[in-house]
Amino acid sequence: MKKVFTRPVSLKNAVFHYCPGCGHSIIHRITCEVIDELGIQDRTIGVPPPGCSVFAYYYFDVDMVESAHGRGAAVATGIKRAYPESIVFTYQGDGDLAAIGTTETLHAANRGENITAIFINNAVYGMTGGQMAPTTMLGMKTTTSPFGRDGKLEGHPIKMSEILAQVEGSCYVERVAVNSPANIRKAKKAIKKAFQNQIDGRGYSLVEILSPCPTNWKMSSVRAWEWVDEVMSREFPLGVIKDTTGKRSAD
Amino acid sequence: MPKMLMTGNAAVGEAAIRAGCQSYYGYPITPQNELTEYMAANLGRRPGCAFVQAESEIAAINMVYGASVAGVRTMTSSSSPGISLKQEGISYLAACQLPAVIVNMSRGGPGLGSISAAQSDYFQSTRGGGHGDYRTIVLGPGSVQELADLTHHAFELTDKYLIPVIILGDGMLGQMMEPVEFSHEAPEVPPVRQDALRGAKGRPSRFVRTFTSNPPDLEEVNWSLFRRYQLLQKNEVMWENYMTEDARLIVTAFGIAARIAKGAIKQARANGLKIGMFRPITLWPFPGEQLKALSKKTKFFLDFEMNMGQMIEDVKLSLEGAGDVSFHGRPGGVIPTPSEVLRVITRIYYQKGLS
Amino acid sequence: MLIKTVFAGFGGQGVLSMGLNLAQAAMIEGKYVTYLPAYGAEVRGGTANCTVSVSDEEIASPVASSPSYIIAMNHPSMLRFQNQLQSGGIFFLNSTLIKDPVNRGDIDLVNVPVNAVAEELGNIKSANMVMLGAFIKKSNLVRFDSLIDGLSVTLKGKQKLIDINRKALAAGYELA
Ligand SMILES: Cc1ncc(C[n+]2csc(CCOP(=O)(O)OP(=O)(O)O)c2C)c(N)n1
Ligand code: SF4
Ligand SMILES: [Mg+2]
Repeated sequence: MKKVFTRPVSLKNAVFHYCPGCGHSIIHRITCEVIDELGIQDRTIGVPPPGCSVFAYYYFDVDMVESAHGRGAAVATGIKRAYPESIVFTYQGDGDLAAIGTTETLHAANRGENITAIFINNAVYGMTGGQMAPTTMLGMKTTTSPFGRDGKLEGHPIKMSEILAQVEGSCYVERVAVNSPANIRKAKKAIKKAFQNQIDGRGYSLVEILSPCPTNWKMSSVRAWEWVDEVMSREFPLGVIKDTTGKRSAD
Repeated sequence: MPKMLMTGNAAVGEAAIRAGCQSYYGYPITPQNELTEYMAANLGRRPGCAFVQAESEIAAINMVYGASVAGVRTMTSSSSPGISLKQEGISYLAACQLPAVIVNMSRGGPGLGSISAAQSDYFQSTRGGGHGDYRTIVLGPGSVQELADLTHHAFELTDKYLIPVIILGDGMLGQMMEPVEFSHEAPEVPPVRQDALRGAKGRPSRFVRTFTSNPPDLEEVNWSLFRRYQLLQKNEVMWENYMTEDARLIVTAFGIAARIAKGAIKQARANGLKIGMFRPITLWPFPGEQLKALSKKTKFFLDFEMNMGQMIEDVKLSLEGAGDVSFHGRPGGVIPTPSEVLRVITRIYYQKGLS
Repeated sequence: MLIKTVFAGFGGQGVLSMGLNLAQAAMIEGKYVTYLPAYGAEVRGGTANCTVSVSDEEIASPVASSPSYIIAMNHPSMLRFQNQLQSGGIFFLNSTLIKDPVNRGDIDLVNVPVNAVAEELGNIKSANMVMLGAFIKKSNLVRFDSLIDGLSVTLKGKQKLIDINRKALAAGYELA
């Protein structure tokens, strides 16, 4: 009989600690599928952050090194420059990439570091218990915006992808989501392209992924999927934001 | 006022508001999130007050620096990894002699470490922490009530001496709930410091700086700081002696460890062992003379910490060779039980022939 | 006397609020009390537990390595905590969800079908208060009236909820 579904080789045989309905588990899986398909498991080095994905090394069967909060892009720069044959990716939350690590991220992109960033936008700080993130929707209640996020006091949902597309060194930026089978397929294509760019030596690629966090959104998993469509992707439109590779875009 | 059941984190927040704290800047990190959340809910919308969830701890401490320059009572809080990021800012606060209160609900380290309670930041807190020749005042509470009381005291001290104050709590103190009573009401008009920068209106312009091209100027700043450190040592040390009168073995411990030790000492006393405890409450300035005084009664000390031995250096320095100091420590965020400490106490008591 | 109690279950069962209400009642009675929730990564994946210590003198450690009482609201909590209970202690089990036997002969078991009772009362969410009522009847740790007084603090102003909880506490108290 033909096997139609199996665990990717670069995904360890372990039970995810993520909450039911969490986007992290899906993103782990499709990233591992990409690593398998590109045949780069033995030279990939991942840089997971503090965040709900802090234990990503329990799942990815590739070399991984934990970064301090927000410093992933700098750590990845160090690895890639020391060992250019490696394929280096950062795995970063919105708190990590869009708040504390904005500087490192922006400058790594601007230097055109030949690395791949997987950016998980779940509109909250998941790990620490649902505080406001720079990407939190206006009006959204979190534990540190208990009256709803007010643009005048707490700023607006920040569009890191659009900002990073502005700098010379970034070669490819796309925003995807993992809230439907069709979207998951698109997300995987984008991740694959972001890795391929690195293999081709094109510079900094970033894939922003809108990812449900049912726990801190206080929604059922199904409702969280809908919410990505109805609310989040209105604020953060899906699609290619920048592509200098001259090739056909990922989808 | 009736007692309230509160987490240590919330109690710090409430005490700070009642001390006239007008601005708080923080960044999420476990196990102190409830403090940031308390300030978001209770300080942010008060007239004239500010709450900002900063983009990093580096940003948060620099917001504190700005608020302090502008003359208001201000506070930030974090836990170990975040406190490391704040060190640069704390050095600048110290250099500019700006008051601020910094809360560390510390956790196991090094690195990202564990989120469990630990005392591994004693060195960082009591030795300045950042670059330069400076100290901060460091307070080591052991209960939720003491957290509340010392938070109020911290704002008074930092304004009086113009030296930043660190409240060195830990994850357990921050997370646990205990009954707490507040002895102050929030002031109607929060205090504004005289020397605040609020525009050169009706006075010559002023500046606040740390850099100088003339080393003797900087030496003068350092001397001025040093003189205040001496005053602090003379006037502001706080400590607790517990059953030291007839003690043959004195346990030295601070914060949550002292509390666990106290439980062990009670059991030891019930078993007929003459044990006492010396608990520094100001970790810097360290109550060294007060500890030394105890060495007239006994030569035997047991230092107990939730790290691999940091305060023990101050204990030994203070005793100046006049004591025999044993050590028991658990690092990494492991929380020892009173019965574990009792076993250690008992072993040392008999080994040293104190029975 | 120092008495430590652990409450455990899954998130949403009101495990933390059981502990909180007990702590509140103990405080009202002028006792020393600490309440310590499990926090952080420990609670990812949906479990919850907390420890309440009640004493008539200062409490050294809020942690319980061998508690006198354990309340298990679901099966995984029973498995996780059964070996921690002090010899001679009481294990309170939500018998609606826990069917397997406990592997210890040196402790007392109190089985309370709290989900069933709560459902009968018309509010499954009050299962935790049914258990708390049964717990204080057996343990005598605080007075029933103090629990009721505590409700008005923990649920300040939410009269409807207070009534529902009071009914559930009483039902559990009668049951045990
Ligand atoms: C210097 C420092 N500050 C704070 C923290 C605490 N912390 C851990 S993860 C995190 C952010 C989590 O949010 P995000 O990056 O969006 O990831 P998510 O959990 O949502 O996937 C924070 C603030 C830390 N580890 N280090
Ligand atoms: S808290 Fe949110 S982001 Fe974290 S594991 Fe749970 S669902 Fe995922
Ligand atoms: Mg996030």
